[in-house]
Amino acid sequence: MDTITTAPTLNYLNSAHGLASWLLTRDHKRIALLYLVSVTAFFAIGGFFAMMIRLELVTPAADFVQPDTYNKLFTMHGVIMVFFFLIPSIPAVLGNFMLPIMVGAKDLAFPRINLLSWYIYVLGGLFTLTAAVTGGVDTGWTFYAPYSTASSNSHVIMAGVGVFITGFSSILTGLNFIVTVHRMRAPGLTWFRLPLFVWSHYATSLIMILGTPVIAITVLLVAVERGLHLGIFDPALGGDPILFQHLFWFYSHPAVYIMILPAMGVTSEIVQAFARKNIFGYAFVAFSSLAIAIIGFLVWGHHLFVSGQSTYAGLIFSILSFLVAIPSAVKVFNWTATIYKGAVSWDSPMLYAFGFVGLFTIGGLTGLFLASMGLDVHVHDTYFIIAHFHYVMVGGAIMGYLGGLHYWWPKITGRMYPEGWAKFAALTVFVGFNLTFFPQFIVGYLGMPRRYAMYAPEFQVYNVMSSAGASILAVGYVIPLIYFIWSLKYAPLAGKDPWGAKGLEWEIPSPPPTENFAVTPIVTERTHQYAPSREVGIA
Amino acid sequence: MPDGHAHAAPLDAHGHPHEPAHPKLQHHFDDMGQQAEASTLGMWVFLVTEILFFGGLFMCYLVYRWKSPSGFQEASFELNRVWGATNTAVLIISSLTMALAVRAAQTSAKRGTQVFFLGLTMFFGLVFLGIKAIEYTDKFVHHHVPGPHFHWDGQYPKPAEQFYSLYFAMTGLHAVHMIVGVGIMAVITWMAWRETFDEDYYTPVEVAGLYWHFVDIVWIFLFPLLYLIGGHFKG
Repeated sequence: MDTITTAPTLNYLNSAHGLASWLLTRDHKRIALLYLVSVTAFFAIGGFFAMMIRLELVTPAADFVQPDTYNKLFTMHGVIMVFFFLIPSIPAVLGNFMLPIMVGAKDLAFPRINLLSWYIYVLGGLFTLTAAVTGGVDTGWTFYAPYSTASSNSHVIMAGVGVFITGFSSILTGLNFIVTVHRMRAPGLTWFRLPLFVWSHYATSLIMILGTPVIAITVLLVAVERGLHLGIFDPALGGDPILFQHLFWFYSHPAVYIMILPAMGVTSEIVQAFARKNIFGYAFVAFSSLAIAIIGFLVWGHHLFVSGQSTYAGLIFSILSFLVAIPSAVKVFNWTATIYKGAVSWDSPMLYAFGFVGLFTIGGLTGLFLASMGLDVHVHDTYFIIAHFHYVMVGGAIMGYLGGLHYWWPKITGRMYPEGWAKFAALTVFVGFNLTFFPQFIVGYLGMPRRYAMYAPEFQVYNVMSSAGASILAVGYVIPLIYFIWSLKYAPLAGKDPWGAKGLEWEIPSPPPTENFAVTPIVTERTHQYAPSREVGIA
Repeated sequence: MPDGHAHAAPLDAHGHPHEPAHPKLQHHFDDMGQQAEASTLGMWVFLVTEILFFGGLFMCYLVYRWKSPSGFQEASFELNRVWGATNTAVLIISSLTMALAVRAAQTSAKRGTQVFFLGLTMFFGLVFLGIKAIEYTDKFVHHHVPGPHFHWDGQYPKPAEQFYSLYFAMTGLHAVHMIVGVGIMAVITWMAWRETFDEDYYTPVEVAGLYWHFVDIVWIFLFPLLYLIGGHFKG
């Protein structure tokens, strides 16, 4: 590799200076960094609440915090992690930065709307944080009525308005991505030459624009019912609480795919780059993203198996939920087939990708347990559920996010990071994660319910393991934070393509110039074409 | 703003020198056509989200209407159909003037023509909101606003209260969209007055028009659902 001594003279980072040049920027790359900083802050806050929860659960009694406080802790943990970290993390940071470059465009279609989406996100976050600071919310992140509309004495309206507002930032991001993919592709960049990262973000954007408005109107109705006593969901006012659950999960189940699909896109890129092979079954992987987005809208009823939904509705929802496993499995099999006989290198992004594939597989397969109506009655509202969705969201989405951050960090900042520490951190995250959440499968299956500050003494050993794992996990998250900040100033320069990977983003300088491309690129083939397929012997 | 003259005319994909860029062309688009297509597609996508946004309310309406059809019917009798029908007509006419405004911009009509049609659209929007205000006042006077002061003389006070909860939620959300629409029209009218639009650049009028027609269409659904269904059974 060439030794690189100087960064490109003019890039998006040094082309303008001062706070205003950041807060008023319309450059998608700078907006991505604004998101990076704010998303990281919310992750830290959400993580703080998680640590408080794990501290309380070290002992069976409610001795560290009172049950009322505990209810607020898990609510704030859920609200912040779901709406302010997991949903925006990969799309708004990595997607915002990479998607325009990957389609060969100078920016997203609507740069001002992109900036607006960040301000909306921050405003929504401020509302929710105000709710947290002034006394908290205790409804759970699900805001189930009628507790949220009639009984709870906490700041439901404030938190709900925060979620409502933030929803629009997600809608605007999705809108921007869809228009950009449709209208801004470089000459020659046909749909079937798009990087899989773009496909997965396209599918994610579809969910964002179709699902988010429904949660927006639903939490708005909760706030209105609470404030003005309109009878929508409260049975005392003639409303139907089950309707709330339907509307809530109509968004919130697809929202899970908002979190996981972008991580799948990241994994597809990393697997190709570090196995030095183009993806096995490109079209299947691309369409499986769309299939997940579409089927994902038809499965919400599996959250209502024990809510009084009719058995036949449950049956249909159960079958449809099983269907999601097919496109998910297609992805896992195709990543595996891509790695097979590849020239695999074990750099830190690849470690995260391996982690993603393994943990997502466990998370996905346990999802099938929950999609079976009979079994779900047994494990519903237990720690089995907690373990399942943390395997998908933390083991899946956050692993993907960290992997993508490591993969594209040299592009974003122009500098490498200490690879040894990065490997160490990836392993720490993997070990800490499994120690935290695997025992929860067992303790949930044994019957420990979620959302209680106290539990039966025989479950203590599992909870101590979980809490110990959580502290290891926290260390695993803090190490990258330190070396990423350190790398900004002290790490060696990366050059335009430190991994030897292929793709439009690796053909421009690191960090990229403001306009991304001096000359609009003309695309003639798919990305990640490392060897003629005949030589490898795989079509 | 940089334009084509600043550089030694670069060649496009076909090897021809570029035309000087239109002053309204943003830096990240190749040409005005791409920019216009992006804007209209963006608005269409936004309208899809709006359909889903109202969709939640329509779902609630559907469920509760199915649960208590008689109560909803009784409650809907108290709505003034004349005002409702008048408002429907007002909005349909405003859609016509909106379409004429887009046409005026598209054909580089005189700014007076553009401003006239845009102003009319805005005027009809305000008439709609005025009539809505009269109807809302009437409901306040007769204690038909849900909440502690709700009073109902008919057979089904609970479903009636629920009907009016949905009535205010749905027409209220629609009215908010109308107010936003009038605000957008004000900006577009001001831009038209400054002679911003011609055949090469009329996307803002077109996009605002899409929004305006959408809000009209929502009302076209709200009117029969809230005012008309079951009406001929009154007796």
